[in-house]
Formats: sequence, structure tokens, C-alpha cells
Amino acid sequence: MTENQVPLLEFRGINTHYGAVHILKDVDLSIFAGELVCLLGGNASGKSTTLKTLLGMVTPTTGDVVLDGEIVTHRSTSYRVERGVTMVPENRRLFKRLSVRENLELGAYLRTDRDGIANDLERVFEMFPRVKERLNQKSGTLSGGEQQMVAVGRALMSNPRVLLMDEPSMGLAPALVQTNFELIQQIHEEGVAIFIVEQNANMALSIADRGWVLQTGKVVLDDSAEALLANPELRASYLGESGNR
Amino acid sequence: MSVDDVGELDTASQAASTFGTNVTTTYDAKPTSRVLWVDRFLTFIRFVFILVISVGLLAFIAQQINPQNPFAQWINPDATGLTAAQFKGLLVTGLAQGAMYGLIALGYSMVYGVLGFINFAHGEVFMVGAMSGMITSNKLADAGLWEDAFLFCLLFIVVSSIVLSTATAVIMERIAYRPLRGAPRLIPLITSIGVSFFLQNVSVVLLGPGAKSYPALPSWLSQKRSLIGFQIEGTKLVVLLTAAVSMAGLWYLVERTKTGKAMRAVAEDKEIAALMGIDVNRIIVTTFAVGGAMAGVAGILWGILFRSVIHTTGFLPGIKAFSAAVVGGIGNLGGAMAGGLSLGAAEATAPLMLLEPLGVDGVSQLRDAVAFAVLIFVLLVRPSGLFGERLSEDERA
Repeated sequence: MTENQVPLLEFRGINTHYGAVHILKDVDLSIFAGELVCLLGGNASGKSTTLKTLLGMVTPTTGDVVLDGEIVTHRSTSYRVERGVTMVPENRRLFKRLSVRENLELGAYLRTDRDGIANDLERVFEMFPRVKERLNQKSGTLSGGEQQMVAVGRALMSNPRVLLMDEPSMGLAPALVQTNFELIQQIHEEGVAIFIVEQNANMALSIADRGWVLQTGKVVLDDSAEALLANPELRASYLGESGNR
Repeated sequence: MSVDDVGELDTASQAASTFGTNVTTTYDAKPTSRVLWVDRFLTFIRFVFILVISVGLLAFIAQQINPQNPFAQWINPDATGLTAAQFKGLLVTGLAQGAMYGLIALGYSMVYGVLGFINFAHGEVFMVGAMSGMITSNKLADAGLWEDAFLFCLLFIVVSSIVLSTATAVIMERIAYRPLRGAPRLIPLITSIGVSFFLQNVSVVLLGPGAKSYPALPSWLSQKRSLIGFQIEGTKLVVLLTAAVSMAGLWYLVERTKTGKAMRAVAEDKEIAALMGIDVNRIIVTTFAVGGAMAGVAGILWGILFRSVIHTTGFLPGIKAFSAAVVGGIGNLGGAMAGGLSLGAAEATAPLMLLEPLGVDGVSQLRDAVAFAVLIFVLLVRPSGLFGERLSEDERA
């Protein structure tokens, strides 16, 4: 990616504590406009905290979160969502008692441009014709794959510049994981920067431009996707020796 | 993490799931193998309830058909029975009061839906509404407007009562409940009982301990008028209409507006609601405000129906409204209203329809007992309430 650009979303020396527990240790990340990057890490490596800090649900003890050149460390989640950051949460987390339409509309909660919202709704329908069929159904009655579509659609309704995806392949049937990653690429091609947080390193690296590896709150590897895929250490610990995991 | 670790993890999760199934089977097997005495007792109570209801109803029907018939004579020879007009009168009275309970119940239900705790001070918010109506209506009566422009006065006292009750509910949330947001649910519950006493005492300090009355209603209002075969007093008609309008307004707010959508989203998942950019605190305040407004309307309805308020006015209607919310299925707004109406109708008609035929003495004193018996019965037979969804384990938490 172009090095002279201002990153869209940036972590500058972030340290996060939960009480006395030091979670993130001097984490630096930068996501540029239109990039597809991924953050890999096992359980308890600080992946979720990274996302929560990016979204303002957790305030770091030191360091800054920078959104498009503006320091937003102490800004609310809604402030950041309004400026183009949004997340597809782990396990989709739809509002199950609300209809599919209401879920999508809530994605556009902060927007006031009626025409833009209508356009984005059409865009979601184009991407997922199935969603249009289920529009008035309670979202809790959908299948896992359909719920994933609504969750992605809901995130797109906020017209994001950067889309954070928390474990997109978690809890999906293997066949759906592939479709899901194709979908992520499709959204990426429309110019949305994507930040994937995954345990499924192989799949994530196969579509990403760059990646980081997080281990107990520290970034231990920071490289291009090809380099990471070829990295013997990573192959051993995440990908399995044959690389088929 | 190494490859081996991953393998181990898989085996571990498999083991966990096998273990999980084992646990479920043991749990499933338990009730069939050993029936606890508590279960036997509860079954017995259910049986008694159903027996009382069916025998009472049968005796009532028997009496209505022929007061001299041997079954009715055997159960209670002194029963007088009900004429159709009496029954309709009781039903309308019950529904009018029930509509009032329903409006209060909405506040309990909404706050429970969003925060998962019972705000026991909600009955006092209702009392504040009734008190404010008492003050404004007397002022209007002094100014000579009460008789001449009653509908305008009614609108005025309803609006001012809504303002005061809403303010009470909002301040209560800000001072007493918000600081306890992260605390275990028992703590705001106990706090709400404290807030309840506090508000009662504020009322005593400001307005004195005696009962205070609303000005007499204009005579054209208290007249009975006939409507679809019912003789309805104008006051009860006003109560039913006001409740219906308020409920329709609330339904529109919750189901059709952006704020309502946000309220339902917050009720379901606060974290994700915040992720959508919803200001969760603002929505919680809105929920308290709307519940307070409904209680304010109910306060005025109380004033119109009973014309007397005292600082403890909020207690019994509050508890009954809470019962109504539970009967309807707590967290469910239509359920709260239906629960209120059915509780009101039951407490008005059941003493004379079930208890008198059974030969119980002083039945008209037993309204409150009936109301809470309905609560116990519903909880025994359908613990999630009439319209409640079954909560899954993690939602129940």
C-alpha cells in the first residue's frame, strides 16, 4: 500500500488494562483506505480487546486511536460509527426478536440521508437476494448462513469506510466459510477497507493484503500476507505443517 | 499454540460436548425417577385452584338457571346471584380499573424489558401523577373552569401529570439506578424499594399525611349512558378511552418509530445496540420517561375513578399492576395491558361469580385476595405469563 498516505484507522502505542491485567502491550496497527488486512491470534491473545478499543468500548490506558488523522481515543462508539467504522460481531449477534428489515434499518441508525439509506438497502438486496425474501421475518428464525448475510448487510447499512470482522468464520458450516470469504472480497472490491480478526489463519491470509500476529497482547509478526503464509514459525503454530487447517 | 495444542483443544471440546449430553440426560431423567414433595404440593395447589374455579362457576351457573336447584342449594342456599345488568356493571368497573392497572403495568414491563429489574418505585410515580392531578384540578376548580370546560381541564391535568411523573421517573433513573447499572440485579431492586419510601415521604412532607380529594366531577359526566347494550358511566368511558389512546400512542412509539426500534434493540442486546450507534443511556432514560408518562395518565384515571388520593395510593395499585405485568408476561407490552384488563375484570367479577356461590362470607372485601390469587394461579400454570415468551437459559440469567 502507499506509504505516504494517512492511515484510515490507526493504533499508536496502545496499552490496555482490565484492572491490573495488562492486555494489549504497545500495539501499533494501521489500516489504509481500501485495504484488506487481518489480525491473527489464538485465544486470549487480545483480539477482542483490540476490536473493542478500536470501537471505543474499551478505553486504552496509554496510546491513541486515530481515525482519518483525528485522535478519537476518548470518543464514543457512536462518534466513530458515524465516521465510518463498523463491525460485524462474532456469532453475528442479530436482534433476533426484530425483523430482518428492522435489523438492517438499525445499521443505518445514525444516518439521516434517506436516499443514501434507500440506495444502500438496494445494494444489500443485490448482494443477498435471500435477505430481500426474508425482509419481514423475525431474524431469529433465519438459518445461520442467512443470519450471516443480515449481519454483514446490517454493517454495510452504516456506509462504512472500514469494516471490522470479528471471527467471520466462527460458527459457520465449512461450505459457508468459503462463501463468506468470497463475500468479504466482494465488499472489499467496492472500496471498503476490511480488518479481519481470525483464528482461521489460512483462509484469512489467502485473501488479505497484510497481516499481524498477536500473541498475549503483543504484535509478534507484522508482514505481507504472502510473507506470513511462508513464515515457518506461523506455519508451525497456526497453519499446521501441511497448511490445510 | 502448537499443532498439538490445537488437536488437544478439539478433543477437549468433543469431551465437553459428550459431557454436556450426559448432563442433559441425567437432568431429563431425574424428574421421572424422583418426584419431589414440592412438585406434589404444587400439583395439589393447581388442582385446588381449578377445583375452586370450576365448582364456583358451576354453582353460579346452576343458581342463574334456577335458584332452587338442589346443587346450588347444597353449595350456598343464601346466594343471590347476579342480574345481567349487575354483571355488566361489574365488568365495566373491572375493565376501567384494569385499564388503569394496565397503564401502570406498562412501566414495570418496559423497564424490566430494558434493564431486567423490577422498579418497585413505579407505583409511587403513579402516586405522583395522581397527586399532581389533585393539585391542578383543585386549582382549576377554584378558577371556575372545572365544570364549564371539563374536557379542556382534563387535557390540562393529564398533560401536567405526565410532565411531573416523567420528570420523577427520569430523575429517579439518573440518581438512583444509573450508578448501579453494573451491580447485581438485587441491588437496584432493593434501591427501588428505598426510592418508593422516599417518594411517599416527600409527598407527606409537601402535602401532609391526610387523604386529599379531587373536585366533584360534572354531573353530565357521571351519568350513565347506554352503549352496545352496556350501561356505562361517563367517567368509566373517559377512563377506557384515555387508556386506549395512551396504549395506541405507546404502540406507535415502540413499533413504528426509530426511537422505539432502538428501545427494542437495547432491550435485546445493549452491546450491539451501542455498536449500531445507539446512545444506550439515552434510550434507557426514554424508557423510564415513557413508563412514567403512562403512570401519570393512570394517576389521573385513578383520580377520576376514586376522587381521593393519599401518599400510600401508589402501593396497592402498584403491586397489582406489577402482578398484571407478570400475568401478561413481563417485558411484553400488549401482555401488560391484557394482564391489567383481565386482572381488573377478574377482581371485579370473581368475588360474586365464584366465591359467593361457594358460600364464602363478605365476598366484596375479597377483591385484593382475588387479584393476587390470579397472579399465583397464572404463575403456577404458565410461569412465563399469558403472552410471555419462554426465556432461554442465558436470557433468564
